[in-house]
Amino acid sequence: MTASAAPGAVSEPEAGPARARLLLGRLAAFLDGLVVPAASIVVAVALFGGFVGLAGASPLEVYGEMFRGAFGTWFSFQNSLQRAAPLMLTGLCTALPARLGLIVIGGEGALFVGGTAAAAVATHLGGSQPYVVLAAMALTSMVFGALWVGAAGALRALRGVNETISSLLLSYIGIAVCNHLIEGALRDPQSLNKPSTLHIGEQNMLGPVPGLDVHYGLVYGVVACLFCWLLMDHSVFGFSARIVGGNPRAARLSGLGVTKLVVIVCGLAGAAAGLAGMVEVAAVHGKANASLVAGYGYTGILVAFLARHSPLGILPVALVLGGISASGGLLQRTCNLPDATVSVLQGMLFVVILASETYRGKVDWFTRWLVPAKGAAA
Amino acid sequence: MPLAVVGGALRVSAPFLFVSLGECLTEKSGRVNLGLEGTLVLGAMGGYGASYLSGSAWLGVAAAGVLGALFGALHGFLCGRPRVNDIAVGIALMLLGIGLSFFLGKPLIQPTAPRLSAISLGFWSAVPQVRSNLQVNGLLLLGIVLAPALRWALKNTRWGLIVRTVGESAEAARAMGYDVNRVRLLATMAGGVLAGVGGSFLSLFYPGSWNEGLSSGQGLMAVALVIFARWDPVRCLYASLLFGGASALGPALQSVGITSGYYLFNAAPYALTLIIMILSSSATKQSADLPMELTAAR
Repeated sequence: MTASAAPGAVSEPEAGPARARLLLGRLAAFLDGLVVPAASIVVAVALFGGFVGLAGASPLEVYGEMFRGAFGTWFSFQNSLQRAAPLMLTGLCTALPARLGLIVIGGEGALFVGGTAAAAVATHLGGSQPYVVLAAMALTSMVFGALWVGAAGALRALRGVNETISSLLLSYIGIAVCNHLIEGALRDPQSLNKPSTLHIGEQNMLGPVPGLDVHYGLVYGVVACLFCWLLMDHSVFGFSARIVGGNPRAARLSGLGVTKLVVIVCGLAGAAAGLAGMVEVAAVHGKANASLVAGYGYTGILVAFLARHSPLGILPVALVLGGISASGGLLQRTCNLPDATVSVLQGMLFVVILASETYRGKVDWFTRWLVPAKGAAA
Repeated sequence: MPLAVVGGALRVSAPFLFVSLGECLTEKSGRVNLGLEGTLVLGAMGGYGASYLSGSAWLGVAAAGVLGALFGALHGFLCGRPRVNDIAVGIALMLLGIGLSFFLGKPLIQPTAPRLSAISLGFWSAVPQVRSNLQVNGLLLLGIVLAPALRWALKNTRWGLIVRTVGESAEAARAMGYDVNRVRLLATMAGGVLAGVGGSFLSLFYPGSWNEGLSSGQGLMAVALVIFARWDPVRCLYASLLFGGASALGPALQSVGITSGYYLFNAAPYALTLIIMILSSSATKQSADLPMELTAAR
């Protein structure tokens, strides 16, 4: 590169250190961005400690047991991974529309609808090859899930219906419809006590990832998050979506098909939740019944908000929340705390993270320290 | 059977009524409080617990109101800070409220607490079904009186004008010297009180006990109800009765012997809410009654 006469251009000898300063600046900004969420987690955990202290348990003991139940042993770590898998997918269900500025909370219903549809398809395809059955299950669950949340998106784009309420209503309606079908048309005649669909067959169940005791659903979740990250952050489609999220009027004026974008992104979100349902059916239960509605949809909302709606951020957050819910059982046994304790921690975490939004962008500790202002450098 | 629906409407509509009146007030001041679902459940648990500990059901109702005020204050405080999204906070408080209620309410599932007494409106009939169906509660009557009173207060009193100004144009309110955040905080607290009282109805009258399946989205349906009622307290009253009737459809049909489609009939209120929301929304026009400061308006 030859030195140019344009003002502000960096001449050859200065290019190296300038580049280093740039990278350092980026690192500092990234670290600054982590301070607020990290502090929020510390505050939430401290509040939770106070809460359990008031409830009669020792906070330090509770912390210790939670860590042990989440990541302490290889067994508990795998338990956390297993619970994180559906959370990655249901987290996408809220995170993707949030990039568009929509708050969608219908993941629970979409999961159940997807899972029930997958189980029904598996029953129909009875004797086919396991790969065929699994592919069909995955596809069906994604289509039905997409329909469910996509409907909320369409209602918002076409009729202006508040998507938070409509997605939740559709979620309740979906759960009711699936329960009705499971007890009626799709029912396994042998399941008397607990109505469920026919078992999809042992050979069709998702097996464990080689080397771990965790099912393949984990891979589905990771792949989905990576795909969505590439889509939303590194593609033209994702860029258009973020414009809609930032300024819908500007998006419309510049000719972006807002309605199409909204419906497609909501459809993708629903497909992710539906896939979570299929994973639960194919890897854990083997059939669809009421135990599919286990709160993964609601925890997914929390995952999305904690990860600031970033598909890549969902991966670690889902792991942490999977760990928290995995430790619930241990807490019950060793500290005599009810299982709702975990919900209280999740709720506190959610509230503190939201309250910390006020401080976002205001921290410059690392920037001040790593990149000292030197004349023009800032 | 129609009698059962009417009776159900009278019985079940009280929580809808209180929560929707509370949300109506909050939204008139320019905030959406989705956390009322959590406040409802918290009020139910708190009311039941207070009634059990004190022996008086009405004290339970009062305690539920206090809990609702605290939760509403939390929502109002959090949303008053810059850059906090009030819908997200509502969802967070919904989850927190439900978690807290389940945690604190574990010891309350078994014991029975004193309940609120019923006033029999069917005293003129000799048929036992009519009598039992027309049993209402003092709280419902209170709510029926509260709705027009709230409408009158919003229209004709100085406080009502302040609340409406804050909800329509925060800038105008500030220019007049009112502290926008404080008005919204108080409105949200008042909304929380009403939601808590509505919740106490669930645990202290009908169904009359505390368990973890007590509320199933009733708080959220009440928020949708407010949009349907176009932010008018008296229309909230009519809408609550309609929704109460829809919710009673399932059990009413069961009592006549129609048991198939149980889940579908129980989903009737949700479907009704959705249909109503679709019909009363428009992509381009805004309702003239929409408080302009609500996030949805922007």
